[in-house]
Amino acid sequence: MSATAKSDSFRVEPVPVRLEGCSKTFGNGARALEPLDLTIRGGETMVFLGPSGCGKTTTLRLIAGLESPDPGGRVFFGDEDVTRLPIERRNVGMVFQSYALFPNMNVAQNVAYGLRVRSVERRQRDRRVDEMLAMMQMADLAGRRIDQLSGGQRQRVALARALVVRPRVLLLDEPLTALDAKLRDGLRLEIDRLLRGLGITAVYVTHDQGEAMALGDRITVMARGRVAQIGTPQDIYFRPADAFVAEFIGTMNRLPARVDDGILQIGSLQLPWQGPAGTTTVLIRPEDVRLQDDDGVLTGMVSVAVFLGDRTRVVVDVADGSSIIVDAPGRTSVARGDTVRLGFDPARLLSLPDRS
Amino acid sequence: MAGGSRGPAFWGQLAFTLLVCLMLVSPIVLSLLAGVTQNYFVGIRSGVTLRWVEEVLRTYSGTILLSVQIAFACLACTLLLGVPAAYVLSRHQGRATRLVEELLVMPVAIPGLATALALIITYGGFGDFRRSWLFILVGHVLFTLPFMVRAVLAVMNSVDLATLEEGAASLGAGFVRRFFGVVLPNCMPGILAGSLMVVTLSIGEFNLTWLLHTPLGKTLPVGLADAYASLRIEIGSAYTLIFFVIIIPCLVLMQAVARRGAGSK
Ligand SMILES: Nc1ncnc2c1ncn2[C@@H]1O[C@H](COP(=O)(O)OP(=O)(O)OP(=O)(O)O)[C@@H](O)[C@H]1O
Ligand SMILES: [Mg+2]
Repeated sequence: MSATAKSDSFRVEPVPVRLEGCSKTFGNGARALEPLDLTIRGGETMVFLGPSGCGKTTTLRLIAGLESPDPGGRVFFGDEDVTRLPIERRNVGMVFQSYALFPNMNVAQNVAYGLRVRSVERRQRDRRVDEMLAMMQMADLAGRRIDQLSGGQRQRVALARALVVRPRVLLLDEPLTALDAKLRDGLRLEIDRLLRGLGITAVYVTHDQGEAMALGDRITVMARGRVAQIGTPQDIYFRPADAFVAEFIGTMNRLPARVDDGILQIGSLQLPWQGPAGTTTVLIRPEDVRLQDDDGVLTGMVSVAVFLGDRTRVVVDVADGSSIIVDAPGRTSVARGDTVRLGFDPARLLSLPDRS
Repeated sequence: MAGGSRGPAFWGQLAFTLLVCLMLVSPIVLSLLAGVTQNYFVGIRSGVTLRWVEEVLRTYSGTILLSVQIAFACLACTLLLGVPAAYVLSRHQGRATRLVEELLVMPVAIPGLATALALIITYGGFGDFRRSWLFILVGHVLFTLPFMVRAVLAVMNSVDLATLEEGAASLGAGFVRRFFGVVLPNCMPGILAGSLMVVTLSIGEFNLTWLLHTPLGKTLPVGLADAYASLRIEIGSAYTLIFFVIIIPCLVLMQAVARRGAGSK
């Protein structure tokens, strides 16, 4: 649709972003970010994902130039060291959760602001603003005041304002968090299409894993000021690097297991296993567990069964007192109190190095 | 009050409120009437005239002009000092700035007389300065500056200036451009409210000015006091009339600005 068709004139040369040994300590002595090395490839959408307070915004602001790293840290755009450049000289586009649109200007004036700052000559400025508004399907809103726009429209104006100056990098800090769920999905699709159409290097901060999975070429999962894992959405979902990532992304079951003489024992299942003897934990996703009538690895009793349309989420209490969540097909008919057997493909089991 | 059943308590309250209003308003009305009466002791029967107003305008035009001049000079000073001060206070939230915010109330809490005496003790020795209208101006700026700062600060704290500025900076705008293109326009309601407040306070200021003025540099309220003390009551009243004509529009505008500010939230 039009977002990709007309985006050519706003296409930019993709610029990679590199952080080298960037840590951040705030004035009050709090370490918000441990030394971080990170490369964002030219043209990719990198999502920073993590719980509140883990340092996503801080990292984004280091890239933007709104914060400077502790001594020794360096920020590169391509081959250029921009560590000392203030934000106004970095040529980045920023989109904030709170929009940050100028209330004293209308939609067109907001979009034109960056071009005016760059002294783009009047006729060309008007043309680019018109094109940008058309691309964002907001041509009819050009003369509106900001307080006459809905949240979704405001965020689209903010995107237009950031993109019209052809920034080297687009930085978005939870741009959808202030919107209600329905608008969020629509605008997320729009942003996705836009970022891919423009081929711009983008960094997108969110704490919503659905958003992260849908938008990211790669995801950086952060925890307590550190990077826990960097990888494609598939990597992160199917091959989590540690227990934190496994539990933070999606839903994960912990299966009680024992290792003896190189054999892993889960219920009635035995597998050859490397690792120290004793009790251990293996993980499995709810969708990888099957409810079956006979055989099965574990036996348990259904304690909750919730029909969700496309699937039925079943919670099964097993012998040792733990519960296992199973995503069964929607047509499964089980009820609370039923005895069921659980089976799974051993290849789907995950084990994590213990990090304690 | 629901429906038509209004008890005696309501009427009692209404009567009391009206009585208080009457007590407050009637001296003002009587005074204004006196200003256009031929002879106050005979009463309004003696006829209505603009004679006294003309006489005041003739003899006191210098005083009135000086008042307006000081008010606008005071406004200029408080704008130049107060808006940047409010900006710094709102952008650097910390213990030091909170202390300054507390201190801003001080000149209001200290009686004008004390401030004036302090000024005279400190600068009274500089003869030329002491005798010029600038001396009064300094007093007025001291007195009104906190009002300006607080009016602007209130608006600045309510519009999330920090993020607006970050947005502008990300688009390439340097400090000066951000300040004039984004900060100032978005603080206009506060600047306007502060300005009207400053002008009104400066024109009406008496305590400080009474001590600071010299016979050659009187402001309107000081002249007014002189007129009542030494001249016919009709002249003093006509003077009050002129004072009202200047000050009431300021007050009305101030209310309008405050209402519009509240409405746009
Ligand atoms: N200006 C600051 N001064 C002091 N500490 C700060 C400052 N900004 C952030 N921090 C601290 O740094 C840590 C990381 O903050 P950051 O804003 O990067 O988190 P975040 O991952 O973006 O969280 P959220 O999802 O809540 O936005 C937090 O502990 C926070 O309290
Ligand atoms: Mg954040």
